[in-house]
Amino acid sequence: MATVFIALQKNEESRAIVDAILADNPQATANNEPAMVKVDAPERMVIRRETVEQEIGRDFDLQEIHVNLVTLSGNVDQTDDEFTLSWV
Amino acid sequence: MHIDLRTVSITPLRQTYNHIAERMGADKTASRYLEATMDLQAETNFHYRSTWDPQYEIHDRKRTRIVMQDWYDLKDPRKYYYGTYTRARARMEELADADYKFVETRGLAAAYDDAARQTALAFYVPLRHVAWGGNMNGLYQGDYGFGTAIVQACIYAGMDQLGIAQYLTQFGLLMGGREALDAAKKDWLQAPQWQPLRRLVEDSWVVEDWFELFVLQNVVLDGALFGVAYQEVDASLTERAGPVVSMLLRFQIEWFDEVSKWVDSVMKTAAAESDANKTLLAQWYRTWRPRVVEALAPVARIALDDDGAPAVARAMAAVDARMVKAGLSV
Repeated sequence: MATVFIALQKNEESRAIVDAILADNPQATANNEPAMVKVDAPERMVIRRETVEQEIGRDFDLQEIHVNLVTLSGNVDQTDDEFTLSWV
Repeated sequence: MHIDLRTVSITPLRQTYNHIAERMGADKTASRYLEATMDLQAETNFHYRSTWDPQYEIHDRKRTRIVMQDWYDLKDPRKYYYGTYTRARARMEELADADYKFVETRGLAAAYDDAARQTALAFYVPLRHVAWGGNMNGLYQGDYGFGTAIVQACIYAGMDQLGIAQYLTQFGLLMGGREALDAAKKDWLQAPQWQPLRRLVEDSWVVEDWFELFVLQNVVLDGALFGVAYQEVDASLTERAGPVVSMLLRFQIEWFDEVSKWVDSVMKTAAAESDANKTLLAQWYRTWRPRVVEALAPVARIALDDDGAPAVARAMAAVDARMVKAGLSV
């Protein structure tokens, strides 16, 4: 099975993003690397703006993930509300 | 010379503090908000009770009739602890100050329509005394409340009110000079339109139950007042004379949107805790609602004439809707 992943710098802001990913994608797993968190998921992973906003406690623009983004793999489908990685 | 770079991964022995890990059920990384909030306030082993108030401990759950199994359920959805709170406010202030600067450098205040200016000064500047009352009440809740989760947010709201009072002062100085502040204070103390609101603010200072004060100040009074002042009156002035005043009210407008999320979540959580809480909150709401409507009607008239009373009714209805959503029967 193909895996999609996203790696973010490890800091307070991305902690909220990672928590949101784990909440919305039950099959996702977070791997703590030095200074970085890599989240893997089989086939598909979705980052939802609303969930991130709940975790982070303020309005969030999905473009903000680029500030902390290290790398990712998968085809990107992006709207104002969702950022989706998949191999479909 | 040849140098090999090698990554050494050092796993921390613990991810967070023990008391946080116990609350989360596992030792995993916690947010700064949780770490800076949960169980911070002392709950046991107090020394002496205040000589002037010996029936209570220094921090005492019994200072309000609201009962919570765990006062740390009243978390702040904005996740404000001191660091995030001050950063968020600094950002808001930067934007608001830039707007002031824009209005000043372009001479927009001097060019503003004179009749609309008189209305704006007569309506907005005395509100700085109301905001100062809100400051007193926020700090009172912070003083006598229980549990860092709610107490810190109450203090932030109180300090925000002080900031709002300062912005209204700055507004008065820019639009009308020092005389505007003196005139506003005179109106606040003497003009018949302001007396019901002044009486309400002064009565709020002697409400003993801090959670009742929360309902009065943060839910009913602020809810209706900000609806009237920063939506209804703001819109009417913009229609009459353009958006200059609206620009200068930016902080208050943004603040109210943000703080309402916190207020609603506190009411929702406290009401969901038990039927007794729900009844009590609804009872407090119903007690203060008519007082606030009565106090705001003559004030709204200053800026909106005959549309004053309907504007207050609309603003109050918006608060009613928020409270119904929070689970209260109003």
